[in-house]
Amino acid sequence: MAKNKIESITLVVNGQAYELNVGSRPGEVEPFHTLSQTLRNTLGLTGTKLSCDQGACGACTVIMNGKAVLSCKLLTVECDGKTITTIEGLRDRNTGALDPLQQAFIDHTAFQCGFCTPGMIMTAKALLNESPSPSEEEVKEALSGNFCRCISHYQVIRAVMSVAWRGR
Amino acid sequence: MGGDYKYIGKPLPRRDAADIVTGAVQYTDDLKFQNLLYGRVLRSPYAHALIKKIDKTKASALRGVKAVLTWEDIPDFRGGTPRNVRVLDKKVRYVGDAVALVAATTEEIAEEALDLIEVEYEVLPAVFDIDAALKPGAPAVYEEYPNNILPGGTIIYGENCLKGVVRGDVEKGFAEADVITEGTFGYENIPNALPPESVGAIALWEEPNKVTVWGTTQAPYLDKVTLFHVFNRQLEIRTIGPQCGGGFGTKITCWQVQSYAVLLSRATRCPVKVMYTKEEHMANFTLRVGSRISAKVGIKKDGTLTAIQGTWYVDTGYFSFTTQAQVAIGSGELMIMAQCPNWDLKNHVVVTNRNASAATRGFGGQELKCSFIPLLCLAMEKAGLDPFEVLKKNYVKPGGGYYWRDGEWYNYRGVNFAKAMDAGAERFGWKERWKGWLTPTLVDGERRRGIGVGVHGNADVGEDAAEAYVQLGYNNTATIFLCVTEHGTGQKSNYAKMAAEVLQIPPDRISMTPADSLVTPFEFGPVGSRGTYAIGSAVIRAAEDARWKLLEFAAPKLGVTPDELDTADGVIFLKSNPQKGIKWRAMGNDRTILGYGRFEPDFTMCNCMMSFVEVEVDTETGKVTLLRVVNATDVGQIIDPHGLEGQLNGCLGSAGIDSAIFEETVLDRRTGHIMNPNLIDYKWRTFAELPVLDHVVLETPFPSHRFHAVGVGEVATSPGPSAVLMAVSNAVGTWLYEYPVTPQRILRALGKTGVATGGAR
Repeated sequence: MAKNKIESITLVVNGQAYELNVGSRPGEVEPFHTLSQTLRNTLGLTGTKLSCDQGACGACTVIMNGKAVLSCKLLTVECDGKTITTIEGLRDRNTGALDPLQQAFIDHTAFQCGFCTPGMIMTAKALLNESPSPSEEEVKEALSGNFCRCISHYQVIRAVMSVAWRGR
Repeated sequence: MGGDYKYIGKPLPRRDAADIVTGAVQYTDDLKFQNLLYGRVLRSPYAHALIKKIDKTKASALRGVKAVLTWEDIPDFRGGTPRNVRVLDKKVRYVGDAVALVAATTEEIAEEALDLIEVEYEVLPAVFDIDAALKPGAPAVYEEYPNNILPGGTIIYGENCLKGVVRGDVEKGFAEADVITEGTFGYENIPNALPPESVGAIALWEEPNKVTVWGTTQAPYLDKVTLFHVFNRQLEIRTIGPQCGGGFGTKITCWQVQSYAVLLSRATRCPVKVMYTKEEHMANFTLRVGSRISAKVGIKKDGTLTAIQGTWYVDTGYFSFTTQAQVAIGSGELMIMAQCPNWDLKNHVVVTNRNASAATRGFGGQELKCSFIPLLCLAMEKAGLDPFEVLKKNYVKPGGGYYWRDGEWYNYRGVNFAKAMDAGAERFGWKERWKGWLTPTLVDGERRRGIGVGVHGNADVGEDAAEAYVQLGYNNTATIFLCVTEHGTGQKSNYAKMAAEVLQIPPDRISMTPADSLVTPFEFGPVGSRGTYAIGSAVIRAAEDARWKLLEFAAPKLGVTPDELDTADGVIFLKSNPQKGIKWRAMGNDRTILGYGRFEPDFTMCNCMMSFVEVEVDTETGKVTLLRVVNATDVGQIIDPHGLEGQLNGCLGSAGIDSAIFEETVLDRRTGHIMNPNLIDYKWRTFAELPVLDHVVLETPFPSHRFHAVGVGEVATSPGPSAVLMAVSNAVGTWLYEYPVTPQRILRALGKTGVATGGAR
């Protein structure tokens, strides 16, 4: 039994490698910790938001190995060896410049309270990575799991489409 | 418009924009503390019960548990209106009422400890709706109120707080009417405004009697006042409002979770964080009030209202915090919408054994109108009147007036909104498309389309006092001291714009303090639509005061009087000779100049929102699709076009229009359990289902502050729900009265099914 037990895992988050011990001491990952807990509490990356914690609202979306995933629905120990980008990692690592999608959200004021914004941006970013020139319908479909209560949807669509257009 | 100003009316990026899009902005749950403990709440499984015995021995012994508190451990701390709700009591009054509090080193340990607390209950009979609560001999939720009716009025609105509307002679009014209708109509689906950020607080106790509270709040200074009373006026309280992840009015009612954090910090001497889970947020935090009106309305053939008489029943759940205030505002708001000479409108605030209702965008008025307008619709149908014309005719105009929350009469001195209503009707195509009552605008096989219209307005644009300081620095900078937390409206950026316009320096030269009651003067909080006129006025006056002191400082150096001077771009100069001047730098780096601004409440103006909606009903499946919404308003002067658009788009969310289509909190009225406290079973609109949304915004200058604007954000949600009910009724050709118009209700109305299942009632 002891031999099969995972003792540590490796995550690459925003270009930085983290080796995390599995255990219950501070700074360690418990087997029941979700990826969102690890990102927020262990790594201090609180840009990823936790809203429903049940996989229904998209607030905790991060990009893992290229795909948008709900970090509240993944156990951290399942993510061993994975490459993860969070909202904090979208800036250009060399220049510090904002990603064009982040700038588009600013230019279109595509947020109100801003709480759902990191999840919106990461979902849209994963879509754009896969499909640089999506149609408006595809953008809506991709974002249909992202809960927003202020109703910034219309401005978000404009922001995403403004970036999508550039890719054509 | 906006051309006369350098910053006002221009779409500038929000000052927090870069932090929001990079994840740097910090909400309450993102704050970091040393030695932080996590608090959790043990909640009652019963809707009404006496706690006979609590044994916390096992829970206290669990490794990592630092405190377990029950009602026996704490003094008689109370909140609510009246102040009769103990923070922890020996009686529980709804499924989820707080029984015990735990603080532990991790959330998991705190959660585990809850399971180890042993509680013996004596279960009592309970009441889950207005009918049951008001039945003679019904179980009393509070011994003090044997009829389950709370005393009317709230002391914060003064001794004469508006408790109902009595005016003119209703008998005479009904005698003059061509058509009279009466009936009982409700808006009782208790939807949840449901901001994405949950509800929570962190408290740090300092001996002997000081506490600092960080929280998910819309109104930190108000929290300081509320907590002061909860803790028997013996605590020195500092409140800090970090960025707030949506409030929609609900986050002025955080005193309970804040009190839990305070008590646990007092018991442990550590910072303690209590964050509600989404399930707690939805089942144990506040909902909209339940609203029902039994009333009679008289109208003439020309659309003149002659009399309104009836009783408004307001279900507040197990306690009230703001409900009497909502009754006062809601009643006044009905008068704004219905300029009728004869009134006799009473009300009762009823307590029931479910979680509490409290402030939510619309603040009583939305709930009352959603109940009243269906009654008015029957009268308009009988009189053969176009609802747009009736709503336009009866909305307050200059020369009209209304009773407001303090019981006083106010003559309205704002703009005539008829112009905006006409512009909205034209954009929507109301006149061409209105085919008469219960008549669809289009029939295409099984699909039928219908249109509806609603209106709402609030004289809260100038409510409650506001204070601000503006401090000038020698390097062409200014700092605004203001207890406002950003909760989504973008108003913090707008205050910087207003000060920038007064001082004629760019907004990016202006800093703002955090919303920290230790640092800032009093501010009630950006609730209702008071942000633009009330809070804006305080900031403008503080900036004007600082500017004047700056000119007074410069005048002797230039050998003139201050009124001969002006300032722009960090230079103070002679109006008669702009070449002659001195820089702000002349202040020197050992001086700051401080201006103070205060706003006194002004109830003589209101805002207005008219919503036109078009729906399509599938008569085979009963599904209602919202196709189009046109909102029409007049705001005096746009401060920020992007922010305004966002607020108006908000008509769909936060228990607004969709509370008529699919949003409801499903309460099992046999057990008191909420059946859908999660984001899967509680329905919300997705990106894939957006209607066409269009806003008509006029800018007729208001006699408000120097930029002639009034706020409008709050009311966006309010006219829509009754408009949807009207549109659906017109589409299917039969009246629908219940919210939301679920497929079951549609099919039942069409005679295609028997008794409806689901729905709130």
